[in-house]
Amino acid sequence: MASPAGVTRAVAEIKPRARPRRPAHAILTVTGTAGFLIFTLFPFYWMVVTAFKSDAEIYDLSKNPYLITSFTLQHFVNLFTTTNFPRWLLNSVIVSVISTVASVVLSILAGYSLARLRYRGAGAIGWGIFITYLIPPTLLFLPLTAVMANLGLLNKIWGLILSYPTFLIPFCTWLLMGYFKGIPRELEESAIVDGCTRLQAMYRVVLPLALPGILSAGIFAFTLSWNEYIYALVFISDSATKTLPIGVPSELIRGDAFFWGELMAGALLGSVPVAVLYSFFVQHFVSGLTAGAVKG
Amino acid sequence: MASAPAGAASLGRRRPRPTLTAGILDREAPLGYILLLPALVILGIFLAYPFAFGIWLALSDSTIGNTGNFIGLANFQYLFAHDPIFLRTVTNTFEYTFVTVVIKFGLGLAMAAVLNVNFRFNRFARAAMLLPWIIPTVLSTLAWLWMFDSTFSVFNWTLKQVGIKGPIWLGQGSWAMASLMLVNIWRGTPFFGISLLAAMQTVPQDLYEAAAVDGATSFRRWLHVTVPMIRPVILIVTLLSIILTFADFQIIWILTKGGPVNSTHVFATYAFQTGVQGAGDIGIGAAISLVMFPFLCLVIAVVLWLLRRE
Repeated sequence: MASPAGVTRAVAEIKPRARPRRPAHAILTVTGTAGFLIFTLFPFYWMVVTAFKSDAEIYDLSKNPYLITSFTLQHFVNLFTTTNFPRWLLNSVIVSVISTVASVVLSILAGYSLARLRYRGAGAIGWGIFITYLIPPTLLFLPLTAVMANLGLLNKIWGLILSYPTFLIPFCTWLLMGYFKGIPRELEESAIVDGCTRLQAMYRVVLPLALPGILSAGIFAFTLSWNEYIYALVFISDSATKTLPIGVPSELIRGDAFFWGELMAGALLGSVPVAVLYSFFVQHFVSGLTAGAVKG
Repeated sequence: MASAPAGAASLGRRRPRPTLTAGILDREAPLGYILLLPALVILGIFLAYPFAFGIWLALSDSTIGNTGNFIGLANFQYLFAHDPIFLRTVTNTFEYTFVTVVIKFGLGLAMAAVLNVNFRFNRFARAAMLLPWIIPTVLSTLAWLWMFDSTFSVFNWTLKQVGIKGPIWLGQGSWAMASLMLVNIWRGTPFFGISLLAAMQTVPQDLYEAAAVDGATSFRRWLHVTVPMIRPVILIVTLLSIILTFADFQIIWILTKGGPVNSTHVFATYAFQTGVQGAGDIGIGAAISLVMFPFLCLVIAVVLWLLRRE
């Protein structure tokens, strides 16, 4: 099987190769692409259109809803001045950054250990970690809530920072194991012969070579934390401790009153960070999701 | 060169005598366990222990804030024998999973095929089609909630222009379930599309050339070269999608909260409603979550079996 590093390279260099030769083929491609683009992008178009038009226009059925005639930034202003949105944004950043960094560091250590060192049980533990990656949070949230309550971590940012690694570590470890396995053992061994300790060899030889994998793991982990919903929903009830995905729906929908302008403005702002991140790293995306699992 | 071995030997001797800690850190087994330990501690406290605790909760009459007593399988007996909403939840979850995975797979194959063709803006198209998968699901689902609004739905506005009266998307029995499926398909198709595309890129070009020389049409090349070559990825991606869809929570919770009248619950939303809201029957809620486990085990076993075989 190809190494994950090889797959990454292949994906990084994704170059569509088939060229449409016949007109029928070309038409099929164009209509297919257009169809998929409309389907995938329409909800985002809808977010933008709603976020930038006045309430009067949003709730006027006689107007064409696809267009904006009275452009306004009022919803964004409201979001920052009348809600806790800045706080949710900050909480999301804090939780995502700390849990990502911590998980990636622990996963580097664990992944290196499982992929490169020979000891009893390494294989079994590796598969065990892979299995935990397949256990969804929705199976665990109730008992985890009880555990968090006993530890006094409900309604605290630290409760989220400590629980997110439960799904980040298995994923990152598995992904990184694949990368570590792809690095030739000889490089590390010659560093050890040259006088490095094993940890120095790991730090100076293996980690730099695994950097693309570490980067992928980091981006994934950040996105998974940024998007996490159910743990935050159950653990956090104080408005000032909420993260963005729970703050926006819970406080901009009050009973039967939906503040659609603000909701869409908040959804848009919450989507931008990951969208920007991926526009730079789109090529790493797939290799990450499947390479670790398929090629590990 | 008689002095060479002596030189090598003295070089070996010149290495500093390892201290006790350095000695341990240079041996594979102790170092291996030490590096593994931090990750295992976190997973032990916040994953393994809650999982075991969840089994106990499912066998107890606990409520939120009140550790109950062991009651054996009574929660499961209640759910399967006396709770019609739960039975509806079971069929809903399987229906939701089956229908959406089949459609996501089909659309994903088409998406991959389209993206594999060389055209201008291809890079943009790939990034754009990935968006539903990477954007926080809760936030994009809010946009869908707005598009499904009972009064201001853009779909209904559009239908009205051509003289059709649109449904109350999230308020009428089977329309509600269909709407949930639509959003899930929207969100999950890119995962199939981009994963299959990546797999297709790794198929050696000369296989296509050989097939072309043998006179295979492009459809036959796709069927007899592409599909067999990307079969492992197809299987894994499908199984991962089954797990994710089966355990879905966000889309349903944002759109219908299991309604109207509890007709669109899946395991996760019903467990949440039972265990967290209302009376907070965390024991019954944990039992509902745990019912997912045997099916997940089955899927996971198939994944492992496939991975080992490949």
